[in-house]
Amino acid sequence: MLVRPKGGILDPQGDAVRSSLRQLGFAVDTARVGRVVDLELEAASPGEARGEVERMCAELLANPLIESFDIQLVE
Amino acid sequence: MTRGRPRVAVVVFPGSNDDRDAADALAQLGAQPTLVWHGSEQLPAVDAVVLPGGFSYGDYLRCGAIARFAPAMASVVELARAGGLVLGICNGFQILCEAGLLPGALRSNASLAFVCRDVPLVVERTDTPFTSRCERGQVLTIPVKHGDGCWHPGPAVGSTNVVLTYAKGHNPNGSVDDVAGVVNNRGNVMGLMPHPEHAVEALLGSTDGALILGSLLDAAHERALAVA
Repeated sequence: MLVRPKGGILDPQGDAVRSSLRQLGFAVDTARVGRVVDLELEAASPGEARGEVERMCAELLANPLIESFDIQLVE
Repeated sequence: MTRGRPRVAVVVFPGSNDDRDAADALAQLGAQPTLVWHGSEQLPAVDAVVLPGGFSYGDYLRCGAIARFAPAMASVVELARAGGLVLGICNGFQILCEAGLLPGALRSNASLAFVCRDVPLVVERTDTPFTSRCERGQVLTIPVKHGDGCWHPGPAVGSTNVVLTYAKGHNPNGSVDDVAGVVNNRGNVMGLMPHPEHAVEALLGSTDGALILGSLLDAAHERALAVA
């Protein structure tokens, strides 16, 4: 799953990355830095797996105040 | 009645580094501190709890995100919900926000730099158990040392949650509205990024931290008397 800083929130890491890329000559407008958490789990169905990961995000993996998340199922 | 020594639990997580400083400062001010390992499911009988500074669990995932689920935290949350006194310093503040006991969230400093210096703080409220020894508007000099102290409010934050702010022009981390310390609605849980435990001896530059820790101990003593 992917965790990203929520839209509109200051992301100094992203700004630093953007500045560096632009210094290297790349015409980047914005950069925002998140994180990837790869999980392997057993579940009865993709739906159940997704539900489990959503609960993990709500409890631990993401802070809903400042982060948004995306779950990608790879079977 | 002679004043007894309030009992304070200082929870130690793997990676906490200001636990002994906090305990020493509290002892100097007349408390009876006990270091409690994060793995303990039961807190000893205490009049207040302090979550100290440091890098619990290496700040992995998010600062305080993992510490919030330590076995000892269940007791801390229970104590807080029952109205008990809890003070979170730096990483402790981060843990309390992650645990939902304090509003908002702490993120990387806007400058992305780790800041370690004395900062002037303005006392916004003195009607809390943590600032009763202060005057409104008083400026306290207390050191900060953190890389992730940028506070963001949540939807439920009001101005009454703000207890301490960085003096104008001295915000070390980009915190919204220069917020340095917040209290919950009930007023029994407080978190602050600066380290009062490092400002209790003149030799180290400031004794202003003793005003905050001393206020906490006054309140802890009152609670101990009430229960006795």
